[in-house]
Amino acid sequence: MEKIIEAHELKKIYGGRKVLDVEHIFVKPGEILTVLGPSGAGKSVLLRLLNLLEKPTSGKILFNGNEVQSLSGKDRVDASRRMAMLFQEPLLFKTTIFNNIAYGLKIRRKPRDITREKVESSLELVRLSGFEKKMPSTLSGGEAQRIALARAMVTEPSLLFLDEPFANLDRLIRRELQVEVKRILKENGLSAVFVTHDQEEAARMGDRIMILNKGRLVQEGTPIEVFYSPKSEFAARFVGMDNMLRGVVRGNDDGLVTIDVDGKLVEATGYAVVGETVNVGLRPEDITITPVICAGEPTSSRNALPGRVTDFEFAGPVVKVTVECPFKIISVITRRSYEELDINNGNEVCIRFKATSVNVFEISDEPHKMIDPPRHDETPPQDNKKRGNPVKRLLRHVNEK
Amino acid sequence: MGTILEAFKQAIILIFSFDPEFYRIVGLSIVVSGTAAVMGSLIGIPVGVMLAEFDFKGRKTILTLTHTFMGLPPVVAGLFFFLIFKRSGPLGFLDLIYKPGIMIMVQTALATPIVAGFTHASIEGIDPRLGLQAQSLGANKFQSVLVKMREGRPGLTAAVIAGFGRVIAEVGAVMIVGGNLLHHTRVLTTDIVLQTRMGNDAYALAEGIVLILIAIFVNVLLTRMQAERGRNEIEKRVTGYPT
Repeated sequence: MEKIIEAHELKKIYGGRKVLDVEHIFVKPGEILTVLGPSGAGKSVLLRLLNLLEKPTSGKILFNGNEVQSLSGKDRVDASRRMAMLFQEPLLFKTTIFNNIAYGLKIRRKPRDITREKVESSLELVRLSGFEKKMPSTLSGGEAQRIALARAMVTEPSLLFLDEPFANLDRLIRRELQVEVKRILKENGLSAVFVTHDQEEAARMGDRIMILNKGRLVQEGTPIEVFYSPKSEFAARFVGMDNMLRGVVRGNDDGLVTIDVDGKLVEATGYAVVGETVNVGLRPEDITITPVICAGEPTSSRNALPGRVTDFEFAGPVVKVTVECPFKIISVITRRSYEELDINNGNEVCIRFKATSVNVFEISDEPHKMIDPPRHDETPPQDNKKRGNPVKRLLRHVNEK
Repeated sequence: MGTILEAFKQAIILIFSFDPEFYRIVGLSIVVSGTAAVMGSLIGIPVGVMLAEFDFKGRKTILTLTHTFMGLPPVVAGLFFFLIFKRSGPLGFLDLIYKPGIMIMVQTALATPIVAGFTHASIEGIDPRLGLQAQSLGANKFQSVLVKMREGRPGLTAAVIAGFGRVIAEVGAVMIVGGNLLHHTRVLTTDIVLQTRMGNDAYALAEGIVLILIAIFVNVLLTRMQAERGRNEIEKRVTGYPT
């Protein structure tokens, strides 16, 4: 299959520190590739290299089959002009919306009437017709990002790079824009590389997902592959496999592995060497909670463990319940089940999960350096600063009174 | 107190008497310092932009020199030019000393580091991703620098104002290289010194007032030029409608 962009052995070193080292990455025509990774993983660097805004320390970049990484001067600008990038901030210029969107056309020396026509139709594309004479400072965050998208789209790139473009928007607008951008990309048959640290966004936007950590490719695959069969502990944690236990393999029988976790036996599908110490990953959504009296009842879940509720937390429409059995397991249940089960600290319950939901991993080299997985509703840092620490906020409130 | 008020009154009368001698001095001040500020900007802005945007050998050294020369005492600059251009000096044969040309040169040398330093600071303060954004939309390096300069307009205006302010207010350098010769190289600042020494308080004060008026006029003019668009923007932000 032909590829619109492809890179081999791409490395970038800044001041002796290797920030990116990717063996192979490619995007097929019409495909949206999402690159998922924590901050500092090298995602933005990757985009800047691919967009030819920076030169790699070593490696090859092929754009439509032509080697482009070492082009310079006019050739480089010409190649780069067939791609465009959208940043986390809209980065609009301090001039009218018309001039902002027309920028890419002006520097390409397009005639004025064509420019006017194209600006108009690209405003239509992002549903902001009639905004030509406004100034950027009068726009909301969502509108500004739409204008930035229009400004990129007007140059008719064949490849669009999106560097966490919705990270600063509130949840509702973010969702709306995700849907809209995906529609625009798909309707125009555009290829895109979408960078994000939000697993939910990665799943929503991408046809294919790559997980990047510390400049290296950790895993690549379809959203289902990446989310349900992560290949490493890091990938598992990053895609929301919040339960990560450690156990010793006791049995291995025809694709069914028995693992001893803190004295309890857990069954998993897969293959592992008996006697080996492994990590066991479980998505909180895959764990159900039942009353303890049902522990003996037969269900499709092979694993049923009695335990005690030690903590619960409301997370929007769902409830995150921590059960000690005796190792800690986090389960996500609906508000309704929460009420029916009468969840309370100290209550006895039974947790169940299927053997197919259990992921078995080798122990990774540096388990303690793991970063916390991002939360579904992670707020951007700016907001945190404004709102501050909840205790301080309360104190401020009291002091004002 | 009374004498000051009296001097002030006389100064106002002098300004409105349109004495040709007085206005010749004012004119020379504006020409010399204005030309120096323009030339200082023509050199200083590109230098400041280069220092902020490009990485080249010796960049740090030039930056340090720029910052140092921002505080160069004008008398020292004047002395330096004097030693080179005086009749018996190495470039004395050019016969430039005690002429307006050399005054413009020395003031240009004083304005350039100020303009360059301010330009560097203001371009450096612009979000670097703005340049990347322009490049990702197809700009080459030069065009992306232009985008940043446009965004940094208020800072660049401040740089030019500071450069002009430095030279219009300066006495030491023009005194040394110009010699404060009547009808030839006498400017407002040097004449203020002379008139004060001779006891012509009112005359000196009148010149001082004109000097301040010139500074105010130039500041307002330059600020207006860059704020024309900004003002509309603020208006829109407040009312929601363009003016």
